[in-house]
Amino acid sequence: MAMTIHLDVVSAEESIFSGLAEFVAAPAIMGEVGIYPRHAPMITTIKPGPLRVKVPNESEEVLIFVSGGILEVQPGVITVLADTAIRGADLDEAKALEAKRAAEEALKNNASEIDYATAQAELAEAIAQLQAIQRLRKPGH
Amino acid sequence: MAGSKEIRTKIKSVENTRKITKAMEMVAASKMRKAQDRMRAARPYAEKIRNVAAHLSKANPEYKHPFVITREKVANVGIIVVSSDKGLCGGLNTNVLRLSLNQMKAWEAEGKGVSVCALGNKGFGFMGRVGAKVKSHVIGLGDRPHMDKLIGPVKVMLDAYIAGEIDQLHVVYTRFINTMKQEPVIEQLLPLSGEEMGSAQGHWDYIYEPEAKGVIDQLMIRYVESLVLHAVAENMSSEQSARMVAMKSASDNAKNVIGELKLVYNKARQAAITKEISEIVGGAAAV
Repeated sequence: MAMTIHLDVVSAEESIFSGLAEFVAAPAIMGEVGIYPRHAPMITTIKPGPLRVKVPNESEEVLIFVSGGILEVQPGVITVLADTAIRGADLDEAKALEAKRAAEEALKNNASEIDYATAQAELAEAIAQLQAIQRLRKPGH
Repeated sequence: MAGSKEIRTKIKSVENTRKITKAMEMVAASKMRKAQDRMRAARPYAEKIRNVAAHLSKANPEYKHPFVITREKVANVGIIVVSSDKGLCGGLNTNVLRLSLNQMKAWEAEGKGVSVCALGNKGFGFMGRVGAKVKSHVIGLGDRPHMDKLIGPVKVMLDAYIAGEIDQLHVVYTRFINTMKQEPVIEQLLPLSGEEMGSAQGHWDYIYEPEAKGVIDQLMIRYVESLVLHAVAENMSSEQSARMVAMKSASDNAKNVIGELKLVYNKARQAAITKEISEIVGGAAAV
């Protein structure tokens, strides 16, 4: 039997692949990298692209599409932290700017002073309502 | 019979309300299961990324990311408040907002500036009302927590941290314990505490491609984002189960009300019949 290495491909929303592999090819930022078992420890970012995995006892390679992320090679285990969203520095920046703009706009529409007292009064009212409901719920009251 | 007709209408209306709360309960129950599955699905990523971050923090001493450096003086604090988009889920949002408000008040009392990132409609509305400094927000998260929607607002806070506008970043959300129990918690995101990273075994350094700084920067941002995503996922599970419980008790209450109303209705009906009979009997006796 050929040598194998454990491969985990996970994204923030789900686990995509977990199992043994004989060979992994990944679209690293500097160009495609091929990893065989006993590869030196390495960490790199990967571009959107296909991840090719040679699974033992199967002639076909498994293809997993990743939209970027981070690839880490430790002795005995390869971890691919896949992104769920297409990202890039510009794209992230645009999103941040958009979020900031939305927040500022919302703030303009509501230019009141910090009024913790009112807020607390509101909260107290809500809590009182909850308690009242709980009391109503109890039989015999 | 005027009284009994009114009671009948009332019973009908309570029954309709009960139908709605019952339906909402069932919807929440099925959504809760899915939300819990998603919460569990996100766990491997969080674990893996924590392992990698732990290895990195041990392996690479020459570059330290700003996220792991604790600042001596804390002048400004950032807080990410995770709440739900919709109401009718018991005291879930009230509890989480009360906790954040108390914490914010405590910080202000210490003379620290507080800026807020509001995730979810309820928290955003509330923070707007109290006039807190909302730096970024996102509403309409839906039933699935998506990284896509979180990247922007979270990046605003991370940028503020790197720029030194805030010296600490916290997150408030409702932790899911079980279906009946959820509790609001406040956790520190930045700076990342050392013990949370765990201890890495072995001594080796990585080959960095293209260079250590770029890779570590990306990894750290993703690490914090995954923590926020996890908080959102937990909050969604909590929201659905809190809604399920709230709707269940609403349905039960409606059932009790219907029972009581039926009793009153039957009494009124019987009284009317008795009255009619006694009138007939009285009339017959008079003839």
